[in-house]
Amino acid sequence: MADAVFSTLVEAPAPKSNMGEPVPRYDARAKVTGSALYASDVALPDVAYAFLVTSAIAKGRVRSFDLREARALPGVLDILTHGNIGDAIRPVKFFTEGGPASNSVLPLGSPEIAYGGQTIAVVLANSYEVARDAAHRVLVDYEIDRPSATFASPGAVDQELATQNKKHDDPKVGDFAGAYASSPVTVDVSYSTPAQHHNPIELFATQCSWTGAQLTVHEPSQNVYGIKNGLAAQLGIEPSQIRVVSPYVGGAFGSKGGLTQRTALVAVAARKLGRPVKLVPTREQGFTVATYRSETKHRVRLGASRDGRLQALSHDGFEVTSRPDPYAVAGTDASTRMYACPNIASSVTIVRADRSTPGFMRAPAETPYFFALESAMDELAVALAMDPVELRRVNDTMKDPIKGLPYTSRALIPCFDRAAEAFGWAKRDARPGSMRDADWLVGWGCATSAYPTQMAAASARVSLFPDGTARVETAGHEIGNGLYTVAAQVAAERLGLPVGRVTVLLGDTDLPPAPVAGGSISTASVCSVIAQACDAIRARLSDGTTPTGDLVAALKERGMGSVQEYAEWVPHGAPKGAMGMLYRGAAQPTGGAKLQDRIQFAFGAQFVEVRVHARTREIRVPRIVGAFASGRIMNTRTAHSQYMGGMIWGIGSALHEETEIDANAARYVNTNLADYLVPVNADVVDVEVIMVPEEDSQVNPLGIKGIGEIGIVGTSAAVANAVYHATGQRLRDLPLRIDTLVTGA
Amino acid sequence: MRPFLYDRATSADLAASALATSADAPLVQGRVDAEYLAGGTTLLDLMKLDVMQPARVTDITVLDARHGTITVTDAGLKLGALVKMSAAADHPEIVARYPVLAQSLTLAASAQLRNMATLGGNVLQRTRCNYFRDTSWSACNKRNPGSGCAALDGVNRQHAVLGASEACIATYPGDFAQALMALDATVDIVGAAGPRTIPFAALHRLPGSTPHVETTLAAGDLITGLSVPPGPWTRRSLYLKIRDRQSYEFALASAAVALDLQGGVVRQARIALGGVATTPWRARDAEAALAGKPINEATAADAARIAFAGSKPREHNAYKVALGQRTVVRALLQAATLED
Repeated sequence: MADAVFSTLVEAPAPKSNMGEPVPRYDARAKVTGSALYASDVALPDVAYAFLVTSAIAKGRVRSFDLREARALPGVLDILTHGNIGDAIRPVKFFTEGGPASNSVLPLGSPEIAYGGQTIAVVLANSYEVARDAAHRVLVDYEIDRPSATFASPGAVDQELATQNKKHDDPKVGDFAGAYASSPVTVDVSYSTPAQHHNPIELFATQCSWTGAQLTVHEPSQNVYGIKNGLAAQLGIEPSQIRVVSPYVGGAFGSKGGLTQRTALVAVAARKLGRPVKLVPTREQGFTVATYRSETKHRVRLGASRDGRLQALSHDGFEVTSRPDPYAVAGTDASTRMYACPNIASSVTIVRADRSTPGFMRAPAETPYFFALESAMDELAVALAMDPVELRRVNDTMKDPIKGLPYTSRALIPCFDRAAEAFGWAKRDARPGSMRDADWLVGWGCATSAYPTQMAAASARVSLFPDGTARVETAGHEIGNGLYTVAAQVAAERLGLPVGRVTVLLGDTDLPPAPVAGGSISTASVCSVIAQACDAIRARLSDGTTPTGDLVAALKERGMGSVQEYAEWVPHGAPKGAMGMLYRGAAQPTGGAKLQDRIQFAFGAQFVEVRVHARTREIRVPRIVGAFASGRIMNTRTAHSQYMGGMIWGIGSALHEETEIDANAARYVNTNLADYLVPVNADVVDVEVIMVPEEDSQVNPLGIKGIGEIGIVGTSAAVANAVYHATGQRLRDLPLRIDTLVTGA
Repeated sequence: MRPFLYDRATSADLAASALATSADAPLVQGRVDAEYLAGGTTLLDLMKLDVMQPARVTDITVLDARHGTITVTDAGLKLGALVKMSAAADHPEIVARYPVLAQSLTLAASAQLRNMATLGGNVLQRTRCNYFRDTSWSACNKRNPGSGCAALDGVNRQHAVLGASEACIATYPGDFAQALMALDATVDIVGAAGPRTIPFAALHRLPGSTPHVETTLAAGDLITGLSVPPGPWTRRSLYLKIRDRQSYEFALASAAVALDLQGGVVRQARIALGGVATTPWRARDAEAALAGKPINEATAADAARIAFAGSKPREHNAYKVALGQRTVVRALLQAATLED
């Protein structure tokens, strides 16, 4: 009933070629009515409350605590510090070095401070209010060392990524230097992007409760098996002693993919108190409790012949990371492979500063690196006096320019053509400042979107019952990606049932493992294994030759109570032992540009109109059009939301978002949602999403490419290119701000 | 949030004398130990952050029957201090006769906040300086007198270029106060010694060397109402607010402008600036420069230059001088085109 009402109220895109039905979200009613229980909603009996005390300095050490006033408050149960936690938590390695940690600093491991906002104490009390009050009364005496905040800060250390991460190899081919020197038209430009924080509305909550030696963790997660196995290593217990439950996640975007310090601390606190413990860090603390996108710098050099064909392309990236952990996104893997070009060079340099370790954030590599690449392409188009769409057209390729491997499919130009037509690009006057509307300068810009098509090993159990219902069980993650819905759809389709007859269980380590919900891999990986399990059911119920039509009838005919199949699926190019790694919570996405025999990406094109006030120079985005080709679309409704969400975030990434860093203190300053700006409804006027039909039988049997991240890629460049078109001012540093436009710098 | 004593006022007089007494002794490091609670949109926020730690909170929302009404007559506008922002913003007479007031309220905060926040509390809203609002920053003269100012050499894009001192560069965050200031409003106050009325322009204090003392209110003083005199400029008035996003953000720069024009020539211009100064800021020299002149690109630019003549930018907020000037010019030119 509710679904029927919902579907009449909300206009959904009609299903098209190679696209699934716009089935309303499986979990829509539960979420809208509030019956969906998120991690902090779960009511545990006799729960105690934790409140974090975080470091006010970025480098140095805690000389001493004065806990007397805090401990004296009625209701305070305990205060954990490095001085009393003992060896309850064992060190584990950073994830690029074979471990599970998103930050290898040992929780409460020593008095040393590695970054501002590091957890230095955990107050435990009978109520949240008392825990918070007591935390404010903890007095800390610090010994302060001068920290390095960011690029070029005294003491920051530059390192070539290849020396710090053995898996990284800088893409290059031909003779860049020679070809660049002899190119008739060149651009040599530098860009920067700021630190950004995901700020999901659901905070980084964790609840832990022990029953004997068994630990249950309620924590919003993009990788429940990763938490289970990593936490077991930290606590020195068997993974089988831990259950991680995360059926709903209120926004993640990469920030809930890793094992953070907090989980082990809450588990230890619960064991020590002998009762469940609940932690909900504040919005401010979320800036350092979890990860973030660190600031980047780029130098892009492009050389082209006068007809626009690229002869030379070089992309040098610079990324800030922490002292202990060599995190890098290394977007040159993608940015060097977008266009036909015989001579390519690239490098990635990481810059170690006294900062928390960065981590994945929606399109981790492509969001900053495509801002640089696609801005530079626009600058090249200007230098060539060529239409920017034509520049992409003449440089289109069906081969990886680095290795010469074929793209499994690539619909970049159809995306540009469809989006350009919908946008009305043909009416653009290319001269900057030429399209004025009264007091507003109008600018139109475009950019390429792309994202590697990746997958990982997955497992699932599917049951078919004689009453005509089915159940899908897999520890995949619903992070707004619509996984409940598409899982139900693929099972319904394969089993020949109405979608409403399928129950889906996700986000629980009692279920068969699924990989991390990151890298846009969930739908392709999880739907593939569900399809496989369904096909096994069909095979069991068939007479050995052809599968029967009505499986429920076949089930009844055979007098079987129910039939259940467990399946494992491993994608093309996965390493040996992929299933074992999946069970250990360490399944690695494979695909994109990492395969030996082919290259696989999804593509898109985005067109943006900006209006810049002629006098006061504020920038507004009245409309944006994106066209994307990502193989088979499982559900046009949820896909529409994902693309649109990515594009809207792209507007925010272009114009609003920036984590401000105090250069002296190396700490974040605007740690709240009033000062860390994201777009509000008034900033998002007209968003048009076009799904360009595409079939790709190679990426996986279902032909799914993954769409979670591509929507944000390229948006910020399209906005910047539009601002240039409106004003004649080229802004190369994100966010694009009024500050530069009014001072003319 | 620390435990506090909560009580409810029964009348403005009694509340003021009660708070004056309780606030006398425990004034520690400039922190007033008692606060009034109205909409709570600033106070509760800052108490949760441990920035404000009043020992006693007196709820005055029960006084709204007496101090929560709007009266518009030919003698001017009277606003009870407990009128909600949304009620004043949507009041048809205010929209028609005092557009600058209505616009400054509509462009502030969000609908939810405007439904809670009162006008008396609004004009006392405290700065959004992050070094003030986060107690982990040890240097903040406003929060902890004598501790220094982390914003001077910190991230100061949002900070003030006018009215700043070496002790504090925190921006006054509100919008409505600029409109009141431009219209020469007055403030009704009940204190321990009884009621009094002061010019709105005399309510806020420049930071100087005592940025923790933000107003001229004495301990226990309670704002009960605001009065706006009539004038030929109130209809030709507007509030222009420039910000990074379209809604729900504090001003990077704003201008409240009211003009009395006769035959295209300025008899009186009123200009108040927001987002750029440590207090609600009246640009009187700029107003004087416009007297007797028409409003055009040249005269407006001249006034804007004068308005920012004394500005002292820091590392990240220099753009506010250029932006503030452009905001004044745009507001003046737009106000000049309004119908009488």
